[in-house]
Amino acid sequence: MSRRARLALFGLAAAGLAALLLWSITGLPKFGDYHGAYGKILNKAAPKERQTSNVVAAVVFDYRGFDTMGEEFILFGAVMGVAMLLRAPREDEAPVPVDSVRSDAVRAFGVSFSGATLVLGLWIVAHGYVTPGGGFQGGVILAAAFLLVWLAGSYRPYRQLTPVPIVDFAEGTGAGAYVVIGLSALLVGDAFLHNLLPYGVAGKLASGGSIPLLNWASGLEVTAAFVLLFNEFLSERAIMIEPKRRPS
Amino acid sequence: MVALQATIMTLVAIGALAVALTNDLVRLVIVSSAYTLLLVILFVVLQAPDVALSMLVVGTIGYPLVLFVAIRRDRADE
Repeated sequence: MSRRARLALFGLAAAGLAALLLWSITGLPKFGDYHGAYGKILNKAAPKERQTSNVVAAVVFDYRGFDTMGEEFILFGAVMGVAMLLRAPREDEAPVPVDSVRSDAVRAFGVSFSGATLVLGLWIVAHGYVTPGGGFQGGVILAAAFLLVWLAGSYRPYRQLTPVPIVDFAEGTGAGAYVVIGLSALLVGDAFLHNLLPYGVAGKLASGGSIPLLNWASGLEVTAAFVLLFNEFLSERAIMIEPKRRPS
Repeated sequence: MVALQATIMTLVAIGALAVALTNDLVRLVIVSSAYTLLLVILFVVLQAPDVALSMLVVGTIGYPLVLFVAIRRDRADE
């Protein structure tokens, strides 16, 4: 097909798609116009029943806490898969990649933001059931704080900060703790993952019953999973991108 | 509010176009990272802060890092 014919075909398809999209956008319900029954029930019930001011956390770690456990193990399994694939063929005595930072701006950015990002991550995990955030969101931010150390210094201090045995242990502990908290409900004769602890007062850190524990367990798991992932990819090769011109 | 939504949606559209039109792979990673940042702002504007927070790190740092390593490896193999 000639270039002209392809462009004509694309133009026709794009115009059709644009028309359909515009048509569907004009038919969308108004912003905030929500008719889901469960959402409305939960918005009313959760703050009173579970004393969480962030209803999302009550849903994720309580009403559908079992689903979240499954999601945690999806991440756990995926990261284990990456580690198994990448660790096996690599020799233990592989030379440490040289990737010292050459730009002062990048170094300054990493130094000034790694600490702040760490605090932000901890804050987002700790307040997950009070304000937007939680174990997953805070966990990825915490992992990013570690990555900023790599950005500020080089591979060596980053690796010293995240030794493999500790990261592996944290990863397993986070995933296992979620199950253990769920099982502990069985001991007192309740259903798996039943919320046991006193609910406290909504809007305070001591609220939500078992939700804070599950929240911290998933925070630990997610942080360790992402640090482990970064570790595997960074040790795969130090990133030194040379500008490479494409043949034009 | 409508003006804000329209602005950020236009920016996201421009960003998506920029991603699609970038040829250089390394540049593409940076552009797509910036595009994700625009998506994060869109999620905040549409009042989905939980989604925005996850997207912030996964999309702007995690995903580009994996891409960088993959590109680097691919070039080293050549």
